[in-house]
Amino acid sequence: MRRSNLKAHLLRPQFAALAAVLFINWLLFPGFFAITWQDGRFFGSVIDVLNRGAPVAILAIGMTAVIATRGVDLSVGAVMAISGAVAAVMVSDGTPAVVAVAVALSAGLVCGLWNGVLVTYLDIQPIIATLVLMVAGRGLAQLVTEGSIVTFADPLLIYIGTGSLLGLPMPVVIAAVLMLLATLAVRRTALGLLIEAVGVNRSAARFAGISSRLLLLLVYTFAGFCAAISGLIVAGDIRGADANNAGLWMELDAILAVVIGGTSLLGGRFSIPMSVVGALIIQAMNTGILISGFSPQFNLVVKSAVIILILVLQSPMAAQWIARRTTAAERTPR
Amino acid sequence: MKIIKKLALVAGIGALLSTTAHAEGLTGKIIGFSQIGSESGWRAAETSVTKAEAEKLGIDLKFADAQQKQENQIKAIRGFIAQGVDAILVAPVVATGWEEVLTEAKEANIPVVLLDRGIEAPEDLYLTSVASDQVKEGRVAGEWLVGQVGDKECKVVELQGTVGSSPAINRKQGFEEGIAGAANVSIIRSQTGDFTRSKGKEVMEGFLKAEGGGAGICAVYAHNDDMAVGAIQAIKDAGLKPGTDILVVSIDAVPDIFAAMVAGEANATVELTPNMAGPAFAALDAYLNAGTVPEKFIITESKLYTPADDPQGEYDRRKGLGY
Repeated sequence: MRRSNLKAHLLRPQFAALAAVLFINWLLFPGFFAITWQDGRFFGSVIDVLNRGAPVAILAIGMTAVIATRGVDLSVGAVMAISGAVAAVMVSDGTPAVVAVAVALSAGLVCGLWNGVLVTYLDIQPIIATLVLMVAGRGLAQLVTEGSIVTFADPLLIYIGTGSLLGLPMPVVIAAVLMLLATLAVRRTALGLLIEAVGVNRSAARFAGISSRLLLLLVYTFAGFCAAISGLIVAGDIRGADANNAGLWMELDAILAVVIGGTSLLGGRFSIPMSVVGALIIQAMNTGILISGFSPQFNLVVKSAVIILILVLQSPMAAQWIARRTTAAERTPR
Repeated sequence: MKIIKKLALVAGIGALLSTTAHAEGLTGKIIGFSQIGSESGWRAAETSVTKAEAEKLGIDLKFADAQQKQENQIKAIRGFIAQGVDAILVAPVVATGWEEVLTEAKEANIPVVLLDRGIEAPEDLYLTSVASDQVKEGRVAGEWLVGQVGDKECKVVELQGTVGSSPAINRKQGFEEGIAGAANVSIIRSQTGDFTRSKGKEVMEGFLKAEGGGAGICAVYAHNDDMAVGAIQAIKDAGLKPGTDILVVSIDAVPDIFAAMVAGEANATVELTPNMAGPAFAALDAYLNAGTVPEKFIITESKLYTPADDPQGEYDRRKGLGY
């Protein structure tokens, strides 16, 4: 069943969808692919897609691992708010930025660990276990910021959100590096196989000798860590921690990115790079809507129509139909 | 007979109180305040301003935070009625479902003043409502821009609030009314930034790309200051100077927009005053002491602030209010 040649990979509907969305953007706005060099960095709509898509892509990297174990993490948006709030409050109190970033990332790890403990040791269903932190986490973040937007002028935090490396925005660099490391970790070691085994059948995996508890703790903690990175990025981007709005509903975009990337919510087979492609499809669509000049009342309608189309193209029924068409074409002699 | 006697006694005491209290304003009066919660910086500022105003007037303010729940507000109002307060202020979290509890307050002869939001209930159930005119806020912003650009051609991009929310609808309508008379001022792009900084920045980035790197944009009008702050950063990232190359006008008057004005990056903001309680207390003073029934709708001032209005002072004055 598993097609592994390169051609089949590139023919995946996700790439077709991304190309189609980018093409429509180009039709709507001919300057879409124009990239200029400005103030020591690339500047253009495509760069915007990468830059704005980075926080969701980073969430999706962590979310992919969680979903592959047949779980889900609804709390990542709230964890983003917590991490941003912690970092902002600490630097505005005069703590060195390096310490603030370390504490914010640790907060993400602790949040992820908390989810993992609820799921593994208390055996609460992931959707409920992480819902707790989704609701309570935002409250925690508001408690940290005392309900107001905490602004800062710290160069390191601002660099994480808006700086650039080799001409690319820092969020893009962070997302790319994280994607590479995570993919290597799961594909160059047995980790990916173990995650898939737990996702397909947790009891069977345990009987096969996999310590599924440890593995689940690991993936939820990793998701929390990814969320904390995203939180730092969005806080650095606006030079402030907005506990009410940072990461709001972004867990849903992350889940959508994973699903568009082809990872099943029922666990098992997964692909981190494809989830990142999913995140880029979503952002390409958002950016397209912004530059299209449609009135904002249509935003969500357009978005949902495109997503339904992508999901239909990926459905087993569509795959069967395409397979039948291609075999029929091959049979026809020319 | 008994009832009539009681009524007479109450009336007598009431008359006595009103004659003696008239000179004292609201000093010593007990007023209950049911606040929605603290979902935004503006709300927190409203709470702290209300408390400060009450203290200034010597009012014993009973404060109840409803944490965004109507049932908590209804509970709080019932509690105020049971305590026999002199008046009740309510910032209603939703528009419907108030008839029963307001009828109870009316039967207990306790005047109710609504703050910053209206409700769908018979008007005789409350004394008055104090609110801003959101259409006027937009109009003041639009008229400022028209006056600012003179006869020059000016293409405006608009950052709307959350789609379908009443401030977004009204502030858009008001701004369009404000620029209706000037043929040289027109809105070329309009998108929602959800009232947040990050969305305001993202949408402005898109606008700048779509309009030739910002060369075609003369001004940005944001439905709130937070989106304007985000847009200012996007303009800077595009290598332009906000406030000079692209004019920035927004609504709310939160501290951070004054900080931007000090830096020369914002040009005007229209205040949504957090002092809804001031006019409410004045109306209650006149009603309780002199029996003057106020108008049903008290509209607060929509004051325009520009860099000429001591932005540093405004920033310092507002910073401590909890925005």
